[in-house]
Amino acid sequence: MLSPSRLHIPRAPARPGEAPDFSYLQLSAAGAVPRPEITVNASEVTGLATQLVRVLDNTHQAVGAWHPHLDPAELQIGLRHMLLTRLFDERMQKTQRQGRISFYVKCTGEEAVSVAAAMALEPHDMLFPAYRNQGLQMVRGQPLVALMNQLLSNTGDMCKGRQLPVMYHSSAARLFSISGNLATQFPQAVGWAMAAAIKGEEHIAASWIGEGSSAAADFHHALLFASTYRAPVILNVVNNQWAISTFQGCAAGDSPSFAARGPGYGIPGLRVDGNDFLAVYAVTRWAAERARKGHGATLIELVTYRASAHSTSDDPARYRPRDEAERWPLGDPIERLKAHLCVLGEWSEPRHTALLEELEAQVTVAWKEACIFGTLSEGPRLDPALMFDDVYQHLPPHLAEQREQLRAARAAQGKG
Amino acid sequence: MPQMNLIQAINSALDVAMTRDRTVVVLGQDVGYFGGVFRATEGLQRKFGEHRVLDTPIAEGGIIGAAIGMGVNGLRPVAEIQFADYVYPAYDQIVSELARLRYRSAGDFFAPVTIRTPCGGGIRGGQTHSQSPEAVFVHVCGLKVVMPSNPYDAKGLLIAAIEDDDPVIFLEPKRLYNGPFEGNSEQPAVPWSTHPQGEVPAGHYTVPLGQARVVKSGSALTVISYGTMVHVATAAARQLGLDAEVIDLCTLSPLDTATLVASVKKTGRCVVVHEATRFGGFGGELAATLQEACFWHLEAPIIRVGGWDTPYPHAFEWEYFPGQARVAAAMRQVMEEAP
Repeated sequence: MLSPSRLHIPRAPARPGEAPDFSYLQLSAAGAVPRPEITVNASEVTGLATQLVRVLDNTHQAVGAWHPHLDPAELQIGLRHMLLTRLFDERMQKTQRQGRISFYVKCTGEEAVSVAAAMALEPHDMLFPAYRNQGLQMVRGQPLVALMNQLLSNTGDMCKGRQLPVMYHSSAARLFSISGNLATQFPQAVGWAMAAAIKGEEHIAASWIGEGSSAAADFHHALLFASTYRAPVILNVVNNQWAISTFQGCAAGDSPSFAARGPGYGIPGLRVDGNDFLAVYAVTRWAAERARKGHGATLIELVTYRASAHSTSDDPARYRPRDEAERWPLGDPIERLKAHLCVLGEWSEPRHTALLEELEAQVTVAWKEACIFGTLSEGPRLDPALMFDDVYQHLPPHLAEQREQLRAARAAQGKG
Repeated sequence: MPQMNLIQAINSALDVAMTRDRTVVVLGQDVGYFGGVFRATEGLQRKFGEHRVLDTPIAEGGIIGAAIGMGVNGLRPVAEIQFADYVYPAYDQIVSELARLRYRSAGDFFAPVTIRTPCGGGIRGGQTHSQSPEAVFVHVCGLKVVMPSNPYDAKGLLIAAIEDDDPVIFLEPKRLYNGPFEGNSEQPAVPWSTHPQGEVPAGHYTVPLGQARVVKSGSALTVISYGTMVHVATAAARQLGLDAEVIDLCTLSPLDTATLVASVKKTGRCVVVHEATRFGGFGGELAATLQEACFWHLEAPIIRVGGWDTPYPHAFEWEYFPGQARVAAAMRQVMEEAP
């Protein structure tokens, strides 16, 4: 007798050669999802974890209770940040292909996730990014040259050559150091928020991870600690459907959504259209106000699509249909905000073209400046002796000795 | 001067540190209302409040992850992991995050977290309450690793650890909590109240990190140890009537190599003693470092004594524990080698 027990093996809805299939996505009409008070208990809003907060409708109008009523000038700034993020990504991808940098990660299609959220937060709020949140860096005004220097591991590198490309940081801009280990930043953000509350400060923390890394224990630790202490923190799961080749259902299991993880911990879980700038802004604003007023954490699932490869070392054609990105039902965040601004009469094709040219030029100028600090193949190089600094606050004797050994070895080779 | 046992010394260190610096906070399982399963944090929550002494869920990775975030936001967290045997779920946060945050951000971010955790055997703890995992921490660049052997050092080292801006793993040999222990479980327990190192100043002082202590100077051989085994090794040398120079490392990493090298160059013989399993253990690093630096001064091979390379067995605790007989045998062996 065979046992009736069999493993359920989750399968991606479509693989190469098959037709893209997004029928698994639960969508809501724009404006259809109610906006609760910020004081609400998680148990009262469990429905928000499976609906989808959307503000922009099919005619590019902003509708419904979540409409944030932003000034058009603000929307234009958001469009600028998203466009800059995309152009920066495209240029950096090219430089990687040219062998000028070793590695790169684009966020194409996910620009609103970071840009709208960062704009909805206050400058003193602390952000704990993942590696695909470059929009946060743009909104917080990180100079392009500084980002490029990091990518180049050159003499201007903020990390002194110690980190893979895209692992930026800035304590001044309140952008936490990005780790290559996934999900670790989630409980750290909660701890940061707990400290803010302990000190009686009104700043909050926000963090982002992918839906794939929500499988890690750190995700669950973060939700539990955020719930236990009602920490003023926003926990974002960027569900871009793909964790390298693993589709989102593998991490979701039989759960109806990633936002649905929240209510089990006593935290409201909101599912939002991650390609709708206005919706992301509104939901982040709601969660920020809730946290700031002492009502605790919010889990936000941003439903989006990773339109590019996982990284420059990845080829998605090997595991998903080539035309899947084009068939993504929630469109492109930049195109949608642009269309909305045009409907408002606050934007036009000529203005768009002019902005693109301006930003392209900005990226070009920055790249030229960054290359003066050195690239992988040419120009000045960091002193390798720097590798011994910052292991500890003060250099201990054994590292001083090893630094001397390195210097001697290099001198013997006629270097340094 | 007040007499304290090692637990009271830890408690006093936390009290002093929290009184002097409002950013010092304590978090861990059972540390708040209850005061800790070993009573190390007793009374602290009542004195400093629930916002500075936090009972946490049983999630070591969460405790250290949150402590890192707190440290980044200007606090000085002292996290307790209830037993060193339970630290492994937090290992990724310790190794990949805490230890390397300053490095990867080129000094822009750091988290001054101290992790206190009881270690070692001799308390009938079986394989899940007896481990000495120092080797898995000394191998990690960016961590400082400390293990005191008496109440005076415990308090001074813990205050120094809390005040240090680098992360510190603070291992407390729990067999020493109530009194010194020379390795014979059948002898009546001796309390710290009759021991000179049980005299602990009530106020603030530090024992600097990174400095070994010469417990007893001698000329016949050098015995290097830390934690519980300092007492066992000292007693073994006394039993043999050897004029041993006994060194208590106090800080395992960064290592005070200079003190060790000077001693071994003087005596020409060395035994390294720890309770942890021997293969791949810290004793190997000590022996290798010393033979590189002292080879032409050595009269005999350096010998390591450690726990057998098995898990810590519940029923055979005293056969496992590297007691005086095994330490003494190593000392005899080192002394018998012809000069």
